[in-house]
This record gives sequence, C-alpha cells and structure tokens, in this order.
Amino acid sequence: MISLYARRRLINNLNLTIALLSMVFGLFWLVWILWTLVAQGFQGLSLAMLTQMTPPPGSNGGLLNAIAGSFVMTMIAALIGTPIGILAGTYLAEFGQRGWLAPTTRFVNDILLSAPSIVIGLFVYEIYVVSVGHFSGWAGSLALALIVIPVVVRTTENMLRLVPNSLREAAAALGAPQWKIIVLVTLRASTTGILTGILLAVARISGETAPLLFTALNNQFWSSNMNQPMANLPVVIFQFAMSPYEDWQRLAWAGALLITFMVLTLNILARIFFRQKAPSH
Amino acid sequence: MNEAVITNPKIILKDLNFHYGDYQALKSVNLSIPEKKVTAFIGPSGCGKSTLLRTFNRMYELYPKQKATGEIILDGENILDAQQDLNRLRAKVGMVFQKPTPFPMSIYDNITFGVKLYENLSKREMTDRVEWALRKAALWDEVKDKLKQNGNSLSGGQQQRLCIARAIAVKPEVVLLDEPASALDPISTAHIEELIHELKKDYTIIIVTHNMQQAARVSDYTAYMYLGELIEFGNTDMIFTTPKKTATEDYITGKFG
Repeated sequence: MISLYARRRLINNLNLTIALLSMVFGLFWLVWILWTLVAQGFQGLSLAMLTQMTPPPGSNGGLLNAIAGSFVMTMIAALIGTPIGILAGTYLAEFGQRGWLAPTTRFVNDILLSAPSIVIGLFVYEIYVVSVGHFSGWAGSLALALIVIPVVVRTTENMLRLVPNSLREAAAALGAPQWKIIVLVTLRASTTGILTGILLAVARISGETAPLLFTALNNQFWSSNMNQPMANLPVVIFQFAMSPYEDWQRLAWAGALLITFMVLTLNILARIFFRQKAPSH
Repeated sequence: MNEAVITNPKIILKDLNFHYGDYQALKSVNLSIPEKKVTAFIGPSGCGKSTLLRTFNRMYELYPKQKATGEIILDGENILDAQQDLNRLRAKVGMVFQKPTPFPMSIYDNITFGVKLYENLSKREMTDRVEWALRKAALWDEVKDKLKQNGNSLSGGQQQRLCIARAIAVKPEVVLLDEPASALDPISTAHIEELIHELKKDYTIIIVTHNMQQAARVSDYTAYMYLGELIEFGNTDMIFTTPKKTATEDYITGKFG
C-alpha cells in the first residue's frame, strides 16, 4: 500500500520535472530573443525614429514612412478582410449544416489559414503586380487582407458555435426571421470573441514580411499614394538588417522592437477584451 | 386513452407522428388540450414529451432531419400545414426553455425584441408594454430601476421570469414551458409556479416537467407519456390519485422511471 503511493508520488514528481524542464527550455529562447531585441533595439530608439524618413546609408533618419506605410496597409487589409471574414464565418456557423458547400469552404479556409505567407505574396504578385506592371500599396494591402480573411473566418465561426443553440431557439420561438436572429442575437453574443479574432489577425499581419516583399516592396520616401511602392516596417527591417551599414542595422533593431511592442500591445488588448465579457452560458 | 372530456379544446392533436431521421419519437398521439388551463406532460427521459411540446410552435423545423406528420389543430387550423405562416404561429404560441436564455442586450430590449417583430408601437406604448409584461411575470419590482442593464446581469430565477415576460409581451394565446424550473433553486421554482397559476387566467399553458410534484402542483390536466406514446391523459387529480393504467400508476408511485 505504502509502496504504491510512493511509486505514484515518484511518477508524479518525475512528470512534473519533465514538464518544468520543457517549459524552461522553451522560455529560455523566448527570453533570449526578447532580451537581444530590447538590448539592441533600445540603442536605436530616438525621437528621430518617429519623425524622420528612412535615410540613405551614412546619414541620419528614422522610420516614419515605414511606420505610416505599415499602419495604412494594415488598416486597409483589416478593413477589406474583416467584413468578408465575418460574413463567411457567419455562413459557415449559421447556414452550414446542410450541403457540401460549407464543409468544402471550411476545408479550403483551413488550407489558406496555414498557407505560407510567401505563397500569398507570390500569388498577389502574379495576379496583380504583374498585370498592372508595378509594386504598390494596394497590392500589399491585398496580400495582407488575404491573410486576415481565414483568421477572421475561423474565429467568427468558432465564436458563433459557442453561442448556445437555446439562444437561437429562443429568438426563433418569438418568430424572429433567421437574419434577425443572427444580426441581433448570435453575432451580438459573440462580439467580444470576434473582436479578439480581428485584433489577433491585425497582430499577425503587422509583422508579415514575405507577402509585402513581392507586393508593396519598399519606398525610401514618404508616399501616401497607394498606387506607388510603399514603405513598411517588416521590409525595411529586412533590408536594413541585411545591409553592411551599422546605422541601418541600428534602425532595423529599433523597428523590430517597435513591431514586437505593437504586437504585444494588440495581444494584451485582445486578452482584456476577451476577459471583459466571457460567454455567460 | 383520452379519458377526460375536454369541452373547450384550444389545441387538438390527431394522429401525430414525429421522426428524428429514422427514429420515430412520437407514435400516433391523439390529444385535446383545454383552453386557459395548465396541461402538464410527464414521463421518463426520452419519452417524447419535449418533442411533443416542440411541435406546437414547429420549433423542430430549425433542424433538417426532423419531421412531424398528422394534424395539430390550433383554433381550427392545422398548424402543420405548410401554408401556415410560421411567424404568425410563433406570435400566437410563445415558448420558455429549460435554461434561461436572455438575449445579449438590455432588459428593456429583451422584452421589445419580440414585440417589434409584430407591432409598430410608439415609444410610450412600448414602455407601457414592457412594464405590463414585466408585471405579469412578477419581475417589475425587481428590475424597474435597471431596465438598461444587460439581461445576463440578473440571477437565474430572474432571467427565467424575464424570458417569460419576453414571451408574454408578444401577447400569445398559448405558452409552452419546457422544464422551466429545472435549472432553478427551490425559491425561484416557487416563484415560477406561482406565476403559472396567475398566467393560466389568460393563457393556455402547456408545461413539460420531470418533477411529478410540480406537475401535481401546477397543472389541471396531466398527460403521461412513455416511449413516444401517450399512455394516459386526464384530470391531474385523477392521474395522481386513481390512474386507469397500471403503467401510469407505476410511474407516479415511483415503481418505475
């Protein structure tokens, strides 16, 4: 009897130790990455970073055009991708019980969700950039939107599925038509979850480099013309970090720190949103 | 089978059958449900009592593989007839579910949700309607100062009365209650039962319950169901004291079920 308990306790401790070690292993790299990022990025931080354009090597400058470009393209991508994603997700969750269309869509969406972003970049390059003949902010937004859509589709569907059927039945029992049930009851019940999904999608695209490399490319100057190549943080970081110039490398670190910080903020916001109103059923 | 003589039936079921795909959940049910009385459906789990309740407002139509055949005559019209307008039927037949289902909106908006589907009331009339419904559901005094609060902020028992108020606000003639108190504590249950007593003055009430004491307390007529069949129907007093069928007696006395 005693030995049985001792054995169980031993196995328990063993498992606990292995799990703890795994956690430490994972955290170790994460902390190292963050530490390097903060240590290196901090040196590059300055007011000029937020107020000046990307410089040629050897002169002073900042990341203003890249920050603005990233912001604009991310926003436009979210504006394009969110409504499409919400509508498609609603279709899957609310109308997708019968037929073959919904399961197929869900399957394709899952593929899109895990498609390497470079493939999406190449796709937009092929169908848009090549046909108009130049890189542009629109192309960048389009590529990012294609990454937003599957994320929003998936979250919307999942959140709507969390809404208990009894709520739909209660609305139907009052004689409400299906579109009213969806708009006024089920979508409303999952607002916070869907918002969280959108924030996470924005966080995801704000660090994407590959899809912008073939679409928005880069721009050393300020440009508010979406039909022109557009500066953006990920590509600037990529370019500057690869360069032999030390001042460019410093800016790249600062930009990387900035992106990480923004993504972190978005994630925290998403968490706060989601906690504020957990589903009550 | 139908022992009680119902002189003023609100709903008459004729040879009602129900299928979930291949499974037959109701077998040729014939029954008359009296107007402005409380009729209780009792029976063990899976006997078809909830299924039967959900045919009265064609709730089952939300799900593709469910099908009812036969006739359900409400005020002389067969509601299973495909010609019948579903929304009009549901305006006439309200329903309250086992778990409270407040919508994710304010208490006030919860009540107006259904009303707005059928009536175009002025703000004043709407406010009056909300108060009327909440008073009917014995909830007004508890919520009159917080109508703008979310319906989810109420306690379980209050939420259930909110759902009753919401159903009544549409001014239905029949109210279906699907185990309305089974998720509530004894005090909230007592509230709901009192409410049922009040409501039967104006509405035809049909209640499904697992709780036989509750059926005995609140209902005027009781139907005992087993394996999709209506075994016995009659005055609640008769069913609980001198049932005609031994199957009913076994269930009532706890020998079975």
